[in-house]
Amino acid sequence: MNTDPAHLSTNEFIKGLWRENPIFVQVLGMCPALAVTNSVINAIAMGLATTFVLIMSSMLVSSLRSFIPRQVRIASYILIIATFVTVAEYFIQAISIELHKNLGAFIALIVVNCLILGRAEAFASKNTIWPAFLDAAGMGLGFTFALICLGGVRELIGNGTLLGYMIFSENYQPWIVMILPGGGFFSLGAWLLLFNWMKSRKERLNLAAENSR
Amino acid sequence: MSLPKKTLEIRTSPHLKSPIQTDTIMRNVVYALLPVAAFAVYLFGLAALLVLLVSTLAAVLTEHFLCILNHRESTIGDWSAVITGLLLGLTLPPALPLWMVACGGIIAIALGKFMFGGLGYNSFNPALVGRAVLQASFPVAITTWYPAMTPDRFSSLPASSLTMPFMKPVWDTVTTATPLGQMKFEHIAAETDKLFFGMSGGSVGETSALIILICGAYLAARNMLNWRIPVTIFAVVAGLTAIFHGISPETYPTPQFMLFSGGLMLGAVFMATDMVASPLTTPGVIVYSAVIGVMIVVIRFWGGLPEGVMYAILFGNAVSPLIERSIQPRVYGTTSRRAKA
Amino acid sequence: MNHHHPTLNPPAAEPPSSWPMIRALAGIGILCSLLIVSTWQLTLPTITKKKNEYLEKAIYQVLPGATSKKTFKITPDGKIEQFEGEERGVQRVFAGYDDQGRLVGLAIEARGQGFQDVLKILYGFSPEKQAIIGMRVLESKETPGLGDKIEKDPDFLANFKELDVSLDENAQIRNPIVPVKHGTKANPWEIDSITGATISSKAVANILRENTLRLIPVVMKNLQAFEDGSLAGNGP
Repeated sequence: MNTDPAHLSTNEFIKGLWRENPIFVQVLGMCPALAVTNSVINAIAMGLATTFVLIMSSMLVSSLRSFIPRQVRIASYILIIATFVTVAEYFIQAISIELHKNLGAFIALIVVNCLILGRAEAFASKNTIWPAFLDAAGMGLGFTFALICLGGVRELIGNGTLLGYMIFSENYQPWIVMILPGGGFFSLGAWLLLFNWMKSRKERLNLAAENSR
Repeated sequence: MSLPKKTLEIRTSPHLKSPIQTDTIMRNVVYALLPVAAFAVYLFGLAALLVLLVSTLAAVLTEHFLCILNHRESTIGDWSAVITGLLLGLTLPPALPLWMVACGGIIAIALGKFMFGGLGYNSFNPALVGRAVLQASFPVAITTWYPAMTPDRFSSLPASSLTMPFMKPVWDTVTTATPLGQMKFEHIAAETDKLFFGMSGGSVGETSALIILICGAYLAARNMLNWRIPVTIFAVVAGLTAIFHGISPETYPTPQFMLFSGGLMLGAVFMATDMVASPLTTPGVIVYSAVIGVMIVVIRFWGGLPEGVMYAILFGNAVSPLIERSIQPRVYGTTSRRAKA
Repeated sequence: MNHHHPTLNPPAAEPPSSWPMIRALAGIGILCSLLIVSTWQLTLPTITKKKNEYLEKAIYQVLPGATSKKTFKITPDGKIEQFEGEERGVQRVFAGYDDQGRLVGLAIEARGQGFQDVLKILYGFSPEKQAIIGMRVLESKETPGLGDKIEKDPDFLANFKELDVSLDENAQIRNPIVPVKHGTKANPWEIDSITGATISSKAVANILRENTLRLIPVVMKNLQAFEDGSLAGNGP
């Protein structure tokens, strides 16, 4: 175990990206992951909005952690998260009305994304601001990465495009089911299959390496 | 892995010991489906033949490869993949591009059967899973119908059949509406005798009620099919339709029309009776079939789609474990659950 | 509660335990309100501008040739009044004017039930031609790839280049708009449906029929008010 502080803080950041990825490993925040990933642009917008809320609320929770009594901590966290969600919603509207329409009610629903409350409760309330920031940024980017994976597959198969650009020929027959809610479940299932397969393969290889030693 | 035996154990009542094996039953179901398939080929020609061949081939090959991938013995010998492929082919429109047919066969086996653990574990009828995914993916292609009995049906194929894989099909100008679609959107009811003998447009095998009934009767007589399922579905659909037709003859079709149009015959006789996805006890089977019957009427009358047999059966499959649990036979010699509580 | 031995529990030694909670919640509440209000102040001008642009784009699209607009509302008793902003249950009508300030037409908002959810559309009406000259879907949740063809299908949109809604001698619409099967449009008041999206195209036709039957007579009666609008004020 490396206990060097620099290494530890990189670790806080990296773990959310891959080893503890919110979607593929922790399977948290399924509502936006299934609902708004029918195109890459929606996935990016939702991912970044969530990352923003996650970073801001984690930092605030961390800085107020000695000020908030245990009994009212959940109420306080929700209040803080809801505030940043509202702030994010205003910003998205100011950036693009169309985007705001596409994401619809799911921006407001970031409040109930258990990933954010989970990080506030499990990490930010027990750590100082810098690690809390790194943890939130890692988790948020990991979440965004996972949403892009889902959105990419769905947009590519369901519409034949990526970020709106035609990938296949003009005559490509889109699989409409992929941009419907059902496609969210199909692609999430496929990604989870891939992740678990890679994980079990790695474990098998590690075991084999140990045995041969 | 002796999967075949398991299926035999959960056969519906009466629980007689018999030397019948899964593959015997399955082979007989295939025999019973062959006349339906043959008539479909007579009606729609080469196009239907290719649809049936491709769907069966895709289903069997997928089963074989998935077995190899899972390091187990290939189960294509039990004929169940052949049935899935044939049934899927029979529910598709004859002019559907063949690449979509092949995808349907692959999805039916991979998603409808292997994802749940193979034969005996699937909670839904695999052929209908394949068809449902195709319907949700290609809603236009799967509702573009080709007329029956075209003069050159044995010498030429519809232009759409041989579409390049993953490309949009180009449709022939001669497409037609199904009797159910005409009823729903234009309020034109087809003549019953025409429907009964199958001389109308529709999916490959959802045309002749007569042949499907004869084949079903053969299986029922050999005790390889639970006759209560189709009979209850027919009774519920006919009964409900009679009531609504009695109230408002202009809005709702006649019971005969409802029974003989669309996929009801094929679905009730060959798909709702799927041994794995239907309940075991007789009361359970009756409730299950009644649920399917009600759903068919509800979807056809008030749903957005003209045909609802597929979704009704999938719905029935989904609630089948629930029915099973609430209607459980008392273990012999014990008091009933309610008395105990 | 022990009233006989107050000395055992001196109030000063045990401060009321709810104070930190109240302090925390109130403090966070104030902080959060400040954050929200300042963001709102910061973004409001941009949001209003974007919303206006979005609406204007739609209006100029359904009223080809218009370069400025003015917003009116139709009161429940059939009067026309100038109006700004957006309000629940208010029927808005946008008058579009060309460079010379002449009335090009009226863009009217209409809503009704689609296949999945409420459909909100904007259509352009030309008093001169007594016809609908443009249509745009503002809000829809129709099935992607099927129902959303009502926004994209060129054949379907061609229906709204000149869709007849002319009035008869009683100042009522002579031929209400009707949807017909694809390829069978024979009259200028019929809407050619999309194959494979029958329900959504019918929904558009029904919304338009209902809305035009109700509003076009009112609008035609009050045409002067819209024409005068350009003199009274100024679109952006």
